[in-house]
Amino acid sequence: MPSVSLTVNGQPHSVEVEGRTLLVELLREKLRLTGTHVGCDTSQCGACVVHVDGESVKSCTILAVQADGSAVTTIEGLAAPDGTLHPMQEAFREYHALQCGFCTPGMVMSAIDLVKKHPDGMSEHEIREGLEGNLCRCTGYHNIVKAIAAAQEVIHGRRETLAPAEA
Amino acid sequence: MYDFAFHKPSSLSEAVALLADPDARPISGGQTILPALKHRLDRPSALVDLSGIAELRGIRREGDRIVIGAMSRHAEISRDPTVAAAIPALARMAGNLGDTQVRNRGTMGGSLANNDPAADYPAAALGLGATFVTSRRRIGADDYFQGMFATALEPGELLTAIEFPVPEKAGYAKMRNPASRYVMTGVFVARGPMGVRVAVNGAGPGVFRQAEMEAALAANWSADAVAGIRQSPDTLNGDIHGSAEYRAHLVTVMAKRAVLDAG
Ligand SMILES: Cc1cc2nc3c(=O)[nH]c(=O)nc-3n(C[C@H](O)[C@H](O)[C@H](O)COP(=O)(O)OP(=O)(O)OC[C@H]3O[C@@H](n4cnc5c(N)ncnc54)[C@H](O)[C@@H]3O)c2cc1C
Ligand code: FES
Ligand code: FES
Repeated sequence: MPSVSLTVNGQPHSVEVEGRTLLVELLREKLRLTGTHVGCDTSQCGACVVHVDGESVKSCTILAVQADGSAVTTIEGLAAPDGTLHPMQEAFREYHALQCGFCTPGMVMSAIDLVKKHPDGMSEHEIREGLEGNLCRCTGYHNIVKAIAAAQEVIHGRRETLAPAEA
Repeated sequence: MYDFAFHKPSSLSEAVALLADPDARPISGGQTILPALKHRLDRPSALVDLSGIAELRGIRREGDRIVIGAMSRHAEISRDPTVAAAIPALARMAGNLGDTQVRNRGTMGGSLANNDPAADYPAAALGLGATFVTSRRRIGADDYFQGMFATALEPGELLTAIEFPVPEKAGYAKMRNPASRYVMTGVFVARGPMGVRVAVNGAGPGVFRQAEMEAALAANWSADAVAGIRQSPDTLNGDIHGSAEYRAHLVTVMAKRAVLDAG
């Protein structure tokens, strides 16, 4: 059986897998990091998005062996050790950007990559386009877009704290 | 997905040797082959990962051509300053297909080897008259595309790079399928050392050239020149997403928009 060595949320792991084991299966079933969800398993919904070497990818559409030697970040790796949320998580909470929460881990991981790639900030339209690979069946997206628009200001240092959501 | 052996060669010659096994398949970005294997459409004995091969990487200008390594990912191509300066329509195409995560993994070589009728790059490659460089030979775009999911590649033959002549002008427009976001109908237009070329994707079983539009644009490079040209629906695809007649109509609309996109 092939063995895969990778770091996940800063922790090194060596895991025996099959050739066909998906990265999401390694994360959920071998490492018990079940924050990464599987919505469709057909590369469309984005519930499974994680970062591999800093880039957002659909972890249901990459083999574990393809991630050998990589640094992977999942939703579990975002908050600080003392529990302080990542600004994007905080924004999703503040703006009520979730209902059932199933899409949320993937939305947050995609959003962080998107914000990183647009240091000058994104318009509402650009945020919507950037979320093309993430489906949400509950929220209608409005609050997700608002959360990302607010979070980008904090992440890029244009504001110190998150703008509060309107009551 | 059935299980398979996994190899990650670091040179082209090693990859070619591994692919001498007729049941082994190359994997580049995996954004097409992994969904296909999940559906058990194929049962390879081995996957040969091309991502560790330096010869398949890199984007550079060589004289009047842009050479794009087969393993270049869509996101890389969309951000590449050389491509953006020489063929901005190609950079925009790469940044506008699939979604962010697909673009972070998927590659130009994988897409052109697959030749999905609803894929984007075939229109640019045929419209610009690209040359396909393989592990064995060089193939011109007019010979490379052979209909639905069919190319001139032989078993075990690998695409290594695609060479695009730098055009004077090039533009692309597509209508996306509202659900899958793949191309319903797209048109790529180009003018330059390759002459005037018009390639249509998404509409037929494979990408094809529109000779009447090419002649019209050669005489008069303007959206008006193609506005009155009607594509025959006879050889086009009709399915639940749109009839052949609808796609034929879109060919004219997209051709006008592509000329405007080219400027
Ligand atoms: C949700 C989603 C949306 C998408 N939307 C679009 C879209 O709008 N437009 C579009 O054009 N595409 C779209 N795609 C397809 C995407 O662009 C794929 O990345 C691409 O078609 C295949 O590239 P790959 O590198 O992932 O290839 P892989 O999946 O790795 O390989 C594809 C095929 O090519 C073969 N192959 C790979 N590399 C080589 C090579 N160098 N030489 C010879 N054979 C090779 C493989 O054996 C396999 O048969 C989408 C995909 C997904 C999952
Ligand atoms: S589970 Fe991976 S995209 Fe839906
Ligand atoms: S909150 Fe339920 S799917 Fe997005």
